[in-house]
Amino acid sequence: MSVHLILFLVFGAIAVAGAVNLLVQRHPINSALSLIAVMAALAGEYLLLGAEFVAAVQVIVYAGAIMVLFVFVIMLLNAGEEERTDGSRVALLFGLPGMLLGSLLIAWVVLKHSGTGSVAAGVWAASTGPARSVPGSPETIGPLLFHEFLLPFEITSILILIAIMGAVVLASKPAVAGGGPPRKVKD
Amino acid sequence: MVPLSYYLVLSGVLFACGVTGFLIKRNIITIFMSIELMLNGVNLSFVAFAAHWHTLSGQVFVFFVMVVAAAEAAVGLAIIISVYRTRETLNIDQVNLLKL
Repeated sequence: MSVHLILFLVFGAIAVAGAVNLLVQRHPINSALSLIAVMAALAGEYLLLGAEFVAAVQVIVYAGAIMVLFVFVIMLLNAGEEERTDGSRVALLFGLPGMLLGSLLIAWVVLKHSGTGSVAAGVWAASTGPARSVPGSPETIGPLLFHEFLLPFEITSILILIAIMGAVVLASKPAVAGGGPPRKVKD
Repeated sequence: MVPLSYYLVLSGVLFACGVTGFLIKRNIITIFMSIELMLNGVNLSFVAFAAHWHTLSGQVFVFFVMVVAAAEAAVGLAIIISVYRTRETLNIDQVNLLKL
């Protein structure tokens, strides 16, 4: 077994264990922490694949910013333990076998129909000469992002702007009926 | 050297866990986290394919998926706060009417 395979298995085991723990835990804060573990393990997988920039962004944006937002909301709303209802019992009955079935189906299809192709990090950097930087670094992602994918990039910036405005409107306190006290107009 | 199919299987397992969490969880925040888990599973397959085909486009797509996930998290959590403010519950079984 190569080092790559061992590291893949270790990070994969952490990721799957975190994902299963997310399902098993009943308190949202425990689910959030196990999701952070999944994201950190996935950052390790990205590093194995040679995607350094994506791994860094995964840790900073996903495990950092987004999950802090989640934990913040869980604490803000003082979310307690999940209540079990009849609906959740039915879902548990069908959901867990469904997950196993789905996983097995995906695994079977992928393993049966995949060729002998394997993923090796950084092979093509060596083949094109030492002058080229490692793939997945900011130097290689940046030009691609700002030349080929410039239009999607700009569209995402508009999306983020709309999301910020939507979040502010939705989370702000609802206006008092009657519009509140009349505003004074200054001359 | 790790076969591409291993990465795809791991990504599929994570996605299946996300779908299951979406179905069996009753807390609205945990359901939201399951959606993030699904997005992470898809991201892993993007990066694996990018490494397999020796192209960087897949990694750029992951970047876009992350941006969309961030926007989604901001809006979704704002909606959750708004729902909690009007209904005082996070259990989705009790949130069954659009009308108050």
